[in-house]
Amino acid sequence: MLNFVLRRLLSSVAVLLVATFLVFVLADIAVDPLEDLRTSTAPNKDAQIAERTALLGLDQPSPVRYLSWLGGVAGCAVGKCDLGMAWRTNQEVSHVLSSALIVTLKLVTVATVLAIVLGVLVGVVSALRQYEGFDYGIIFLSFLLYSLPTFWVAVLLKQWVAIGFNDFLRDATISPPAIGLIAAVVGIVFGSAAGGDWRRRFVVFGISAAATAAALFYISATKWLLDPGFGPLVILVSGLGIAYAVTAISTGLRNKRALYSAITTAVIGAALWFPLQFVFQSATGALIAGLAVVAVVVGIVVGYAWGGPDRGQSARTSTIVAIFMSLLIFGDRLMQAWRPYSESSVINGRPIPTIGSQTPGLTGSYWVVTLDQLTHLLLPTLALILISFAGYTRYQRASMLEVMNQDYVRTARAKGLTERTVIMRHAFRNSLIPLATIVPLDIAALLGGAVITERIFGWSGMGTMFLRSLERAELDPLMIYVLIVGAVTVLANFLADLVYAALDPRIRVNA
Amino acid sequence: MSAVEQNLPDPGDHLENAIELKEVEGLSQGQIVFRRFVRHKGAMIGLMVLLGVVIIATTSIGWGPIPGWWKGGGFGGSGAVELPGGRPTLQVWGENGFSLGNYPFGQDEIGRDMFALTMRGTQQSLMMMVVIGLIATVIGVFIGSFAGYFRGRLDQFLMRFTDVFLVLPTIVVGAVLGKIFGSVNALLLAMTLGVISWPGLARLVRGDFLALREREFVDAAKVAGASNLRIMFKHMLPNAIGVIIVNTTLLMSAAILLETALSYLGFGIRRPDISLGLLINEYQTAFATRPWLFWWPGLIIVTIALCINFIGDGLRDAFDPRQRRIPTTRALRRTEKAAAKREARAASVGTVDGTGG
Repeated sequence: MLNFVLRRLLSSVAVLLVATFLVFVLADIAVDPLEDLRTSTAPNKDAQIAERTALLGLDQPSPVRYLSWLGGVAGCAVGKCDLGMAWRTNQEVSHVLSSALIVTLKLVTVATVLAIVLGVLVGVVSALRQYEGFDYGIIFLSFLLYSLPTFWVAVLLKQWVAIGFNDFLRDATISPPAIGLIAAVVGIVFGSAAGGDWRRRFVVFGISAAATAAALFYISATKWLLDPGFGPLVILVSGLGIAYAVTAISTGLRNKRALYSAITTAVIGAALWFPLQFVFQSATGALIAGLAVVAVVVGIVVGYAWGGPDRGQSARTSTIVAIFMSLLIFGDRLMQAWRPYSESSVINGRPIPTIGSQTPGLTGSYWVVTLDQLTHLLLPTLALILISFAGYTRYQRASMLEVMNQDYVRTARAKGLTERTVIMRHAFRNSLIPLATIVPLDIAALLGGAVITERIFGWSGMGTMFLRSLERAELDPLMIYVLIVGAVTVLANFLADLVYAALDPRIRVNA
Repeated sequence: MSAVEQNLPDPGDHLENAIELKEVEGLSQGQIVFRRFVRHKGAMIGLMVLLGVVIIATTSIGWGPIPGWWKGGGFGGSGAVELPGGRPTLQVWGENGFSLGNYPFGQDEIGRDMFALTMRGTQQSLMMMVVIGLIATVIGVFIGSFAGYFRGRLDQFLMRFTDVFLVLPTIVVGAVLGKIFGSVNALLLAMTLGVISWPGLARLVRGDFLALREREFVDAAKVAGASNLRIMFKHMLPNAIGVIIVNTTLLMSAAILLETALSYLGFGIRRPDISLGLLINEYQTAFATRPWLFWWPGLIIVTIALCINFIGDGLRDAFDPRQRRIPTTRALRRTEKAAAKREARAASVGTVDGTGG
């Protein structure tokens, strides 16, 4: 095993060396750093050309320059990094890189997590309803999303989601036909996802459509969208609902201890709403992160306190509830900042931006600034989710179908286990194994690759850095981009193989 | 009675098997696959629509020296703006029913015919899709099959070689092409993209070949004295053809999006040549004032990619030997009735049907 790991690591280094060398030579052909000087009419043109040639070492052949670049990068191993300069702006590459990396991580993390969660969820439901209306709808939808060019979607999103929503906020009322239509669509989606006989589906359709219509009517009548917020009562009620739903899925409602610990956690969360409002007044990022940790600890402690022979299950259930509760409370506080945010002079009542990663000149509390970042994240995240969601759905559906046809699922059913146990414990967990092999690859691709999304929405992340350095003929930032993305890709490939072997005992690593 | 029934296998299962057996009776593997594919509704609709797009795109403005039926016959057509703002003259349900008019897809600000431009872009996209798909498939199959069949050092080397191509950014390659050849020729760009987009297929083919080479028919061919190349391409390749075809279609739909993305970023096709991505890039700022300039090229990209994806799905279902069609309720009932009749006859004669049950 150790032998295998070492060999793979060595060959990965070799791959990176060859690839970076190729890119260096190719990029050197593609860019011309002297282009602007050749056409200039300055009297000291020749002197300028000579100066820049000396600066960039253009009199040397590109392999020699590659070696000197490589020497600088290799210095990182002994603590003397020299990643080179972005010579047009005279900035250190390490500086450019770190700011670009942070922006990209911010953009990609939320989108990836959401796309995976949503994709897996929809994929599983679609597989369980194989060859039914819901399944066909999802198949068609995922094909459609798969076939959309990013930039095309992005323009549509800007036009309809951002500009359309901002226009809508002017009076913030929803017309009755629109309410009816949305309610019907929501009802059909849930009704067809529910399964069972027609009567049950019809009931689910009715309940979900009526609930949607009531909520939309309330939102429209009170102009809730102009000054949104939950309040303690809604948090308590939805917390109880979440507690029931999470328990039903994770351990089953028969497990009373798990149910009670989930409910306890939900009640504690709702009770903490009021004192937390004072704490939130002096919020910082570190404080919020600390509170999130506290929430998780509370969940685990409550689960263990209810005890019983399987404390682990109770603790897991109540921890999930605790995470949901803290998201609810956090969201509620953010919503309270909505009004000051959208009425501030730089926003001017049009809160959904179409470009950039923050509003320049916006000042305010932690909540207003966070809200501003979130509204900027909205459109690019939607664009990224729409496309990768389709892939995950298809993948999870196929893998779930594969597992559901396995003999061990038949055995589990034959033992008389409940359908929930069969699906959640025997089928669902195993169906996630193939997913573990594509997630690392996808993350690697996203890290370097939201090139188009970043470009359209004006985020200066890794993709923008790459394009800009190509346009400005700056080889150093270009090369560091290729090196980092390449290294992450190769490592992710390797990791995917290892993870697969670790999760599935039928696979042996001996290549 | 019910106790007896519980001992029998699920009657539904039995009937489904009977229907399935009847469907494949006396057919070769190729015929079975073809029949399954033809039955796949999504794939057939996709194929029809794709054919329609191909026919309209190639005949309307002509292909190369062959003239088309669209007025002017070329793609540089322009004229005075007909409707205010150059709105499309296409009427699906107008005063006199369906009519194309002179500018069915509208005109841009200087009166260029959007229909001709879009059709030209479609031709380019289709051509690039086919070229990229073919080249990538050939390279991927060769490298994957050699790596999977010979294993060992050659496999290691070829797979690391594949990794190098995985790391190479496509945009740099596009930029290099643009630099060397001035303006980027569509065919050249397609060939280059084909040369760098094979790694995924090579990995899949390698995996398939690794499994296939352990099968008995390979041993049999070896014992019979067949050469390595013959075993690989005569005996093993046909067994891997399903994976290859399906992934070629996926590669093609990815290729059409890749080409548009490259042209959009300015590293793909450039003026005077045009492609769908280039059209969207040029007209995206016109979305608020002349949305049709933006809609048509985008819709055609989506249509082509969607059709290819559906065809690929149909092919995958057709090639998958474990794939079982769910019989309709009617077919199940019919078979059930036939089985019941046979049983009744057998019972009246007084013999036991040895194959039943």
